[in-house]
Amino acid sequence: MGPPDQQATIALQRFGLGPRPGSRDAITDGRAALHAELAHADAALIYADTGEMLGLEGTAGATRSVYAASEARRTLDGAALSSAAATTAPAGRSEAAVEASQARLASLKILGNAAERLYRAEALARFRRAATAPIGFAERLVAFWSNHFCVSVAKGEIARATAGSFEREAIRPFVLGRFADMLIAVERHPAMVVFLDNATSTGPEARAGRNGAKGLNENLGREILELHTLGVDGRYSQADVTAFARVLTGWTVAGRDGRRGEPGTFAFDSAMHQPGPATVLDRGYPPGGYGQGEAVLNDLAAHPATARHLATKLVRHFIADPPPPGAVARLASVFTAHDGDLKAVSLALIDLPDAWSLPLTGLRDPFGFLIAAYRLLDLSIADPGALLGGLRTLGMPLWEPPGPNGFPDGVAAWGSPEGLKLRLDASAQLALRASMAGDPTALLDAAFGSTASVETRAAVLRAESRQQAVALLLMSPEFQRS
Amino acid sequence: MSLCALPSPARRALLATAGGCFAWAFLPRWALAAGGRDMRFVTIVLRGALDGLSAVAPVGDPDYAGLHGALALGRDGPHAALPLDGFFGLNPAMPVFASLFARREAAVVHATATAYRDRSHFDGQDVLESGQPAPGLTASGWLNRALALLPPGERVGPTRGLAVGAVSPLVMRGPTAVLGWAPQAMPAAGDDLAERLLALYASRDPALHDSLASGLASTRLAGNDRMSPKGRMDRPDGMVQAAAGAARLLAAPDGPRIAALAFDGWDTHVNEGGATGRLAQLLGGLDGAIAAFRDGLGSAWADTTIVAVTEFGRTARINGTVGTDHGTGTVAFLAGGAVKGGRVLADWPGLRPAQLYEGRDLAPTTDLRAILKGVLATQWGLSPVALAATVFPGSEAIQPDARLFT
Repeated sequence: MGPPDQQATIALQRFGLGPRPGSRDAITDGRAALHAELAHADAALIYADTGEMLGLEGTAGATRSVYAASEARRTLDGAALSSAAATTAPAGRSEAAVEASQARLASLKILGNAAERLYRAEALARFRRAATAPIGFAERLVAFWSNHFCVSVAKGEIARATAGSFEREAIRPFVLGRFADMLIAVERHPAMVVFLDNATSTGPEARAGRNGAKGLNENLGREILELHTLGVDGRYSQADVTAFARVLTGWTVAGRDGRRGEPGTFAFDSAMHQPGPATVLDRGYPPGGYGQGEAVLNDLAAHPATARHLATKLVRHFIADPPPPGAVARLASVFTAHDGDLKAVSLALIDLPDAWSLPLTGLRDPFGFLIAAYRLLDLSIADPGALLGGLRTLGMPLWEPPGPNGFPDGVAAWGSPEGLKLRLDASAQLALRASMAGDPTALLDAAFGSTASVETRAAVLRAESRQQAVALLLMSPEFQRS
Repeated sequence: MSLCALPSPARRALLATAGGCFAWAFLPRWALAAGGRDMRFVTIVLRGALDGLSAVAPVGDPDYAGLHGALALGRDGPHAALPLDGFFGLNPAMPVFASLFARREAAVVHATATAYRDRSHFDGQDVLESGQPAPGLTASGWLNRALALLPPGERVGPTRGLAVGAVSPLVMRGPTAVLGWAPQAMPAAGDDLAERLLALYASRDPALHDSLASGLASTRLAGNDRMSPKGRMDRPDGMVQAAAGAARLLAAPDGPRIAALAFDGWDTHVNEGGATGRLAQLLGGLDGAIAAFRDGLGSAWADTTIVAVTEFGRTARINGTVGTDHGTGTVAFLAGGAVKGGRVLADWPGLRPAQLYEGRDLAPTTDLRAILKGVLATQWGLSPVALAATVFPGSEAIQPDARLFT
C-alpha cells in the first residue's frame, strides 16, 4: 500500500476528484477512506427536493415545464401578433402598449428557456456535489455509469430538460446497488427511450403496426446489446438485434395528450408491441408484453459477457490502460458472484493490489480536470456557466457525447495535442480566479504533500507570478495523471 | 535537466512533436512529391454511417423509389436530385460538389464499403480508421502509418500530418507525431507559461511534452480567431469553420500536407429527411467544408485530394420511423484538383430483394481500401507492397485503384 502520503495521492487521483484544501490530512489509510465514502447510503444521491438544490424537477415535471413553455410561447406570439395589428392604427403605439409588450418579452425569455433553465440547474447540482464530495469516488462512479448509459441533450428540447433528471433517477440510485436494476431503470427511462429512438418503434404484427404506417426501429435493441450489456464481442447476431428490438416495441413515453398516462413518464403501449414469443441469444421468451423485455434485460445483466465487458471498462477507467487481465478477471468474478452488486464491485476495485502499486499513467478527463482544479483552488460555483463552457471547449460538453458510446476514455483521447493545449489555456484562465492569499508552496503541499516531484516543485516556486505558479501546478504531471 | 533552446513562437510553429529538440540548421524544406508536385491529402470521416442512397441517389434504378419511400430523391419536382450522370443524382444540399463534379474536380464512389460487415458504429469506425481488416487490432490509424512510410528529410517535413478536433480522429493517431488543431474559444495562455510547462514536461513526462508542443505549434500556424464560436463538428457552421482552419494550415508553405477531420451526426434513425431536413443539413455542411477547402487552399487546390468516407451505409428500405437503420454499402465523396472527376465509379449491384446484402442493405461491390490505396500509390508514391504490409494490413488482394487520381 505504501506510506500515507502516497496512499492519499492514489486515493485522490486514481479514484477521486482530487484534493481540496485539507483533504490529504484526513487520509491515513487510502483504502479505508474510500470504503468510508461508499459506506454512506446516499453517497451517490441528489434529491430533487433538497433545499440547497433549487429548481430541480423530476422527469415528468421537467417535461411539463417544457410543454408549458411552448404553450406560453404560442400564446405570447398570438398576443404579439394581435397587438402589432392594433398598433398599425394611425394613433401609433401608446406607452402602455410598449410596456406591455416588453413585459411579454421578459416572460417569454423566462418561460421559453425552460429546457435551458433545467439543464443549468441540474448541471449546477452535479458540479457542486462533485466539488464538495470528501474524496469524490462516488461521483467518479456516477460519471462513469452516466457515460456508460449516456443520453445526449443534442437530441432536442425535452432531452436537454431531462438529461439531469435521467442521471438522478436512473443512474445515481443504483451506482451502489444492482446493475440489473440500473439497466432496467435506464432502458425504460423516457430520456433513453427517446434518445435511442424507441418511442415510435412498432412491431410489424402489432395492432398499431398492421397498416404499415409505423414500423420497427432497432437502435435501442442494438445499443443495449453492444454498448450497455454484452459488448461488441458478446457474440450476438443481427437476428438477435432484430428479435430484441421487437421485444422492446411498445416501450414508449406518455405523450402530451395524456392518452398513455402522465406526460413525460414511461408507458408500455400494448398496441405497438410485437405479440407472441421471442428468441434472443438462443433463449426463448413466452409472450409477456412488458415483462418480456424485463426478462431479456435481466438475463443480459447476468450474462458472463456483460460481466467481462463492464469489468474491462471499469479497470481501464480506474486502474490502467490497457487493463491488466488479472484485474479484469477478478472484477468480473466479483460481479458474477455478487449478482451484479455494484457496491461489491466498486469495493473490489479499491481492493485490487494493482490499484495501489501501478503508477498513475492515465489522464484526467476534462470533467475530472476542471472539477479537480475547482476543488484545489476552492473556487465557488454560483453559476454553472463557466464550467459548462470549459467542458465544451475541452471537448466534453456535459451530457452531450458524440454518440451513444459516450465520451472516449483514456490518454489517446484526452492527451491529444489540441486537447492539452486547450487545457493549458484553461489553466491560465482558472489561475486568474485563484485567491491571491497564501503562497504557492502551501497549495503545492495541499495538492501533493511530499509526493510532488523535485521538478514540479521547482517549476512552481520559480514561476514569475502567483498566477503562473497556479497554472503550472494545474498542468503538472502530478495533477493531470490519474 | 537539460533542455534544448526553446524556440520563438514563429519557430515553434515549425517544430514537430517527436523528440522536440531539432537542430534548426536541418529544418527540412518542403520538397516535391512524385512528379514535382506538392500534394495535399484530406480525409474526412463522417461518423454515424451516411445514407449513401439519400446522398447520391440511384434515380435510374426502378427499385429505388419504392425502397427509400418518403426519403427518396426524384429526377424532377421541387426537390429534384442534381443530375450527375443520368443514373445517379446528387442530394440538392450539395451544389458546390455538383459544380466541381461538372468541372471534373469531384467524383463519387458508390456501393462501397470497408472490410467490415457487422453493424456496430464503433467497430465500423475502428475498421474504417485503423485500416485493419477487423476491429480492435491496433490503436493507430492508416493515415498515420502512411505518414511513417513517406521518405524523411527533403521530401516531407516534421509537421506533415494534421489532426483537426479537440479529440484526434483515430485515423490520424499513431506512432508518427502530428499537429493538432481545433477551432478555439478561449484566450491563449502566455508564451512564457507555455515554455515553462514544456520544460517541466520535458524532464518529467515526455509524452505530455510531445503532445503539448504539437498543439502549441499548430495553433500559431492556423491563425486561430479568438472570436470564433466553438467547433461543433455535428453542425454545418462548425464543419465549415474546421475546414477553413485546416485549409489555412495546409496552404502554408511549411504547413502540414495530410489532414484528418471527423464530422459527426450522420446516424439518421428517425426523420432523416430527403432533399431537405436533417441529413440534407449535414450534407450542406460537408458541401460548405469542401468549398472552404477550395477557397482556402488557393493555388494548392490543383494538387489536392479530399476524400469523405463513412463506416458503413444504411438500410435500403426506410424503417418504421422515417429513417434508416445500420446497413452496409454506401458512398465515398472525392473532391479536389488532383481528382480525375466527373464520374460516379460504381459496379452497381441493383436493389431488387435478392440483390440486397442480407436482404436489407445496398450490397458493397467496391472495397473502399482500393480507392484509398489509389490516392496513396498515385500521389504519394507508396508501393502496393508497403500499402498492404503497413497501411492496410491483410489487403494484398485489393489492388490500388488509380482511375480517379491524376
